[in-house]
Amino acid sequence: MIGSLGGLLRRAWTHPSGRWGALALVVLALVAVAAPPLLPDPAEMPDAVLGATPPSLAHPLGTDQLNRDMLARVVVGGRISLSVAVLAVLLSLTLGAAVGLVAGYAGGWVDAILMRGVDAALAIPRLFVLLLLLVVWEHIPLGALILVIGTTGWFATSRLVRGEVLRLRNEPFVTASEALGATGWRTIARHLLPNAAGPLLVAATLGVGDVILLEAGLSFLGLGVQPPTPSWGGMVLEARPLIVTAPWTAIFPGAAIVLTVLSVNLLGDALQAALDPRGA
Amino acid sequence: MSDLLEVQDLRIRFPAPGGGVSCPVDGVSLRLARGETLALVGESGSGKSLTALALLRLVPPPGVIDPASRIVLEGVNLLELQGEALRAIRGGRIGLVFQDAMTSLNPVISIGEQVRETVAAHRTLRGKEARERAIALLDEVGMPGASTRYRAYPHELSGGLRQRALIAIALAGEPDVLIADEPTTALDVTVQAQILELLDQLRTSRGMAVLLISHDLGLVAGRADRVAVMYAGQIVEEASTSRLFRSPSHPYTRALFGSIPRLDGAVDRLVPIAGAVPLPDAWPPACRFHPRCPEVLARCSIETPPVVPLAPGEMSRCWLLVKGAR
Amino acid sequence: MTALLEVRDLVKRFDTGGLLRGPRAVVHAVNGVSFELAAGETLGLVGESGSGKSTVGRVILRLTDASAGSVRFGGVDVFGLSAGELRAIRRRMQIVFQDPYSSLDPRMRAGSAVAEGLEIHRLLPSAEIPGRVAELFQEVGLDPSFSAKFPHECSGGQRQRIGIARALAVDPAFLVCDEPVSALDVSVQAQVLNLLADLQRRRGIAFLFIAHDLAVVRQLAHRIAVMYFGRIVELAPTETIIRTPLHPYTQALLSAVPEPDPARQRTRIVLKGEPPKPMAPPPGCPFASRCFHPMKNERCVNELPPLRAVGESQVACHYAEYSLQPSALSHQPSASNPQTPTPNP
Repeated sequence: MIGSLGGLLRRAWTHPSGRWGALALVVLALVAVAAPPLLPDPAEMPDAVLGATPPSLAHPLGTDQLNRDMLARVVVGGRISLSVAVLAVLLSLTLGAAVGLVAGYAGGWVDAILMRGVDAALAIPRLFVLLLLLVVWEHIPLGALILVIGTTGWFATSRLVRGEVLRLRNEPFVTASEALGATGWRTIARHLLPNAAGPLLVAATLGVGDVILLEAGLSFLGLGVQPPTPSWGGMVLEARPLIVTAPWTAIFPGAAIVLTVLSVNLLGDALQAALDPRGA
Repeated sequence: MSDLLEVQDLRIRFPAPGGGVSCPVDGVSLRLARGETLALVGESGSGKSLTALALLRLVPPPGVIDPASRIVLEGVNLLELQGEALRAIRGGRIGLVFQDAMTSLNPVISIGEQVRETVAAHRTLRGKEARERAIALLDEVGMPGASTRYRAYPHELSGGLRQRALIAIALAGEPDVLIADEPTTALDVTVQAQILELLDQLRTSRGMAVLLISHDLGLVAGRADRVAVMYAGQIVEEASTSRLFRSPSHPYTRALFGSIPRLDGAVDRLVPIAGAVPLPDAWPPACRFHPRCPEVLARCSIETPPVVPLAPGEMSRCWLLVKGAR
Repeated sequence: MTALLEVRDLVKRFDTGGLLRGPRAVVHAVNGVSFELAAGETLGLVGESGSGKSTVGRVILRLTDASAGSVRFGGVDVFGLSAGELRAIRRRMQIVFQDPYSSLDPRMRAGSAVAEGLEIHRLLPSAEIPGRVAELFQEVGLDPSFSAKFPHECSGGQRQRIGIARALAVDPAFLVCDEPVSALDVSVQAQVLNLLADLQRRRGIAFLFIAHDLAVVRQLAHRIAVMYFGRIVELAPTETIIRTPLHPYTQALLSAVPEPDPARQRTRIVLKGEPPKPMAPPPGCPFASRCFHPMKNERCVNELPPLRAVGESQVACHYAEYSLQPSALSHQPSASNPQTPTPNP
């Protein structure tokens, strides 16, 4: 399975947009992980008097309204956004794959019950659920944010996986496995899951983009990550009064959001294309 | 009988993965006279289907027909035609019956409509006349209850009837040449016989030339006047049907016969052909069959065998037929 | 000696339609099939599309549940087994599929596919598995280096061999071959057929060889059963059924097989009339609507003929004893007496 996954990634690499998307993401991830210790602590020394300064040698992306280094803030904010996105998507993936696999393989009333449940859940807008949490909290703590986004994002994935499982279930190689005496669990784990993994991976990649936007939106509304912790959405919110006088305070975090989501989508597209001309 | 269609040195190039060029059809020459059936026999990968597509200039990109090739239909080189003239040939003078009727027919349009569409595209018939012509065609191909079946959708018909519908579409333009690419592969044996019978009848009643493409030697035995055997992009043997079956002159043809299960005679162990069919990007050097040939000579791997003419219209590509080659 | 496999009155119904899905209808894919198979024997099961032959294979292996009937394997009632017992018995009854492209998991290397049976039944300690896998590859005529390849890196014939190796790994006594060579090129068909013959000789496996091509089946089968519309219409030793077919459908089938000899073309029986619709099985003989037997009459239309013994064969026809003489249907030899060409040794 690893071998064929490698083949998939290799083919995505030859796709031009896939290459750029992947590269950009890798750079982003590296920067998010490795850079912060090298940069000035964004929380240090807020200086409201000096205020925002345009990009310069000392501050390549300028400083924000409290004279904190923008570059550092964007990077740390990126770290937060990416972690939320990745963790939430992982959670959705797991839940969606589990439900989709079981529903698709078991069929019958198990499938019916699970899928009707999914249909009902899909009818509830995700943002509303998140906003409901505000009844409990004034703003949503990071952990809860990840949990809630993750547990509300798996429905579409489960339908996707279920569709793949239904298609695969009738393939002779699955019947062959049953004929050899494999249990249902073994068939699911060794045959259905690896073959459904491709579309799952594509969906996950695109999901990351969605979650980044969602988190940015929440932070922009003041409901997500709270200052002084930097987050791209939050930075755009704080930059609103400065849009005319210090546009860089909004442009850079905004550009970061766009770039990340774009890279993720490009990568997802390339993965999708790599999946199609598969030999089998 | 004069030649209706003549193919000279047809070569089709495709870009090979990893750079370079591969020629899945590499120097094919054929002649087809009015009223005769030529069978083009080969396994998958031999290039026979591509050859058929090339005759209609339907080679899928990135494939390209080599400009040195010539495909001449009654004096006109088809490779020089463009636009309207080319469209008139496709389905008009040369008709093509595809293999799998289920995927070749539009599932959301009734078969009658599909025939009528083609009639309207090639003849100057419109409306009611086109419809009547379509029903007449369905009748001609033996569709029971043609006027009611006109409204039937492909999935409502059996495999055999679908294939008849496909044949009706191919005939709609009143072609002089009919290419049937594996017309019976997806059908049951009892239906196969009916369809081949039909093609034969149509050939005589309409005075067409038929190019019958198949991987099944047995199929062509009773149906073709001449047989061309294809291997690795080339025709390795061409002969009259009776001569080919009586004494095949190419080792590949001989080996094929030895590996086919038969209903008559004793049940002998089959003699398979060793190895596997080569791929276009890796044709063996010199004689392409030499790695698998049970009668191979030293020369076969070094020098490409010439085309050895045997009788009028018969040939073989093999060193064994050249005096003093051993 | 009890037969290895006893199939009695096997029925498989498919229900179609119903609530919101169209008119309710029942299709009897398999409609009362019985036969026995001895150890080391090959029974050819021949029929056209819709005859139910593939379904028979799957039902015997309990890959689909039967609607009625029984299957005894080595004396054990297969349909009555619990899940665990079924899994254990699955070792002894395996299947090889038609399509070499979809019968292997595209994400699994060939070696892992072949080893799967060994792992499921814990037949060997994991250290010894690669060795056994290499042996199996060699037994099916593949170099052990194929272990590392993915299916899309192998040709159709090679994939089919991998599928056979996978089935052999658990040492089955019975193998259902569901059109194993139909999707292969002619030159490769012969290789696989020879391989199956060798395996039978060497390991004593019984085959249920399902195919639509009588000439192919003839190569391996000791007896042949012809199916039409979910029933067996004739069952006899191979040469008997090929030289003296008694059921009109068998005769039509034989006459339709392409004869690779232009000078010896058979008079083909061209069937007229339509086969019955699967949803509306007729009360009598299913072949009546297309039958050309000179004695066909009302009885055929209303009364289902049972499968009964006529000489060496079992035939489901009221008038089997009055069957057309084989010579009226067989080859018309030509004066020039052509010899079928043999390859140079």
